[in-house]
Amino acid sequence: MKLIIAIIQPHRLEQVKEELYKEEVNLITVSEVLGHGRQKGVTEVYRGVRETGNLLRKVRLEIAVNENFVERTIKAIMTGAKTGQTGDGKIFVIDLPECIRIRTGERGGEAIG
Amino acid sequence: MYAKIDSGDTAWVLISAALVMLMTPGLAFFYGGLVRRKNYLSVLMQCFIALAALSIQWVIFGYSLSFAPGNSFIGGLQWFGLKGVGLEPYAAYSATIPHQAFMIFQAMFAIITPALIIGAFAERMKFSAYLVFILLWATFVYDPIAHWVWGSGGWLRNMGVMDFAGGTVVHINAGIAALVTALIIGKRTCYDKYAIAPHNLPFSVLGAALLWFGWFGFNAGSALAANGIAVNAFVVTNTAGAVAALTWALIDWKLNGNPTMLGTISGAVAGLAAITPAAGFVGIGAALIIGIAASIFCFIAVSFVKRTFHYDDSLDAFGVHGISGFWGTLATGLFASKAINQAGADGLLAGNSKQFFVQLIAAVATVAYAFIGTYIIYKLIDAVIGVRATEEDEAIGLDLAEHNERAYTMLE
Repeated sequence: MKLIIAIIQPHRLEQVKEELYKEEVNLITVSEVLGHGRQKGVTEVYRGVRETGNLLRKVRLEIAVNENFVERTIKAIMTGAKTGQTGDGKIFVIDLPECIRIRTGERGGEAIG
Repeated sequence: MYAKIDSGDTAWVLISAALVMLMTPGLAFFYGGLVRRKNYLSVLMQCFIALAALSIQWVIFGYSLSFAPGNSFIGGLQWFGLKGVGLEPYAAYSATIPHQAFMIFQAMFAIITPALIIGAFAERMKFSAYLVFILLWATFVYDPIAHWVWGSGGWLRNMGVMDFAGGTVVHINAGIAALVTALIIGKRTCYDKYAIAPHNLPFSVLGAALLWFGWFGFNAGSALAANGIAVNAFVVTNTAGAVAALTWALIDWKLNGNPTMLGTISGAVAGLAAITPAAGFVGIGAALIIGIAASIFCFIAVSFVKRTFHYDDSLDAFGVHGISGFWGTLATGLFASKAINQAGADGLLAGNSKQFFVQLIAAVATVAYAFIGTYIIYKLIDAVIGVRATEEDEAIGLDLAEHNERAYTMLE
């Protein structure tokens, strides 16, 4: 099992969700976060819109998947989130040792879907 | 020299003008609370810039086109730059207040009417296109219709139409313009994917409260005097707004399971809009019927008609203002009574069916002209500079994309 964490541009969230649904990835947690990347968030311009300030608004996705879903999820996020400009974000993939569904007590791969 | 000027009348009309002015920012909050937070400032900005731009349009030529003597269709340009619009009364409109008091009171109507249309195309129109749109619309749609109904020589005024404070000129007019723009500009990109929730209903409640407050100036001020007709208008306005708010809440409760805050304020606005043309001509009984029916009709328009025909009148500018304006204009022809206002006429229920048909003609003529005029203006602007924001700007939000500002910060 893997936990996929992606930091993306807020305005790409809809496209990313759509791509994920196409790949039948339906379980997702979304939060609004602040952060900055390599350019230290001093100035960010996307499509003519200049943002200044320390920290930029981003959206953070958390998706827990079984191994056979990892590449499909990454591909969906890439397709939905990529604009080709600075600030498109990052995807982190980390090992997930355990997963428990609270309602039933199921564990592991069973509990993820 | 100003012997005929009545100080009480003048004071009331000036205060009323200020009350109506406050309705435009009130409308901004009403609409602003209903959009997503990424578009909040864009709606406030659209309303506020209407206040600025149309104030100027009005004193330069808008007032002249609407109210100067001209032909039956439009006023002349002899009052360009308020030339000749002085501090003495102009008896054809108001014999006891300075002409400029009447002018500035009417200015506030000319400002809020184009702003009402914002509800139809909120969250997806380019600001530049919006600015051109309201100026052209005020000039070529609002000003002529104001002249038809209220201007001396106007063809509907000569026919004897009764529109006390703007059922045709303001509400049908803006409502139809809203329907047309919503149909042409198309749905918001995510409209079919998920329900777009209001970002801050308390702001909408604040806005609705300011609208209700300002509406006393709108309707009671339209008596243009501090007299019994003004008091009648004040009382029926409050009554119709109140009963309509209650009605919508009850419909919500019955059909959707809960009385909602949004439903209650929508009802209030529907009732206040519906009583607008009738306020100086009907009594309490009629006000109750007008208010109750306004909420029923608007609820049907917003909940069923919009869903069936699948247009994105985002904040229900047509569903609330267009429908209640039409209903109120006809209702004036049903319930008007000379017992309330000697200067008015009896309606259908008092045996004068002719008045009802005059009201019907005025309503239909306003619908037709607003429909065609708005369509032409929109298409023209679309051809020259483009009206709709790009899909990316819409996704980013118009606050950032069009104004490079945000309504809310996250941490600080």
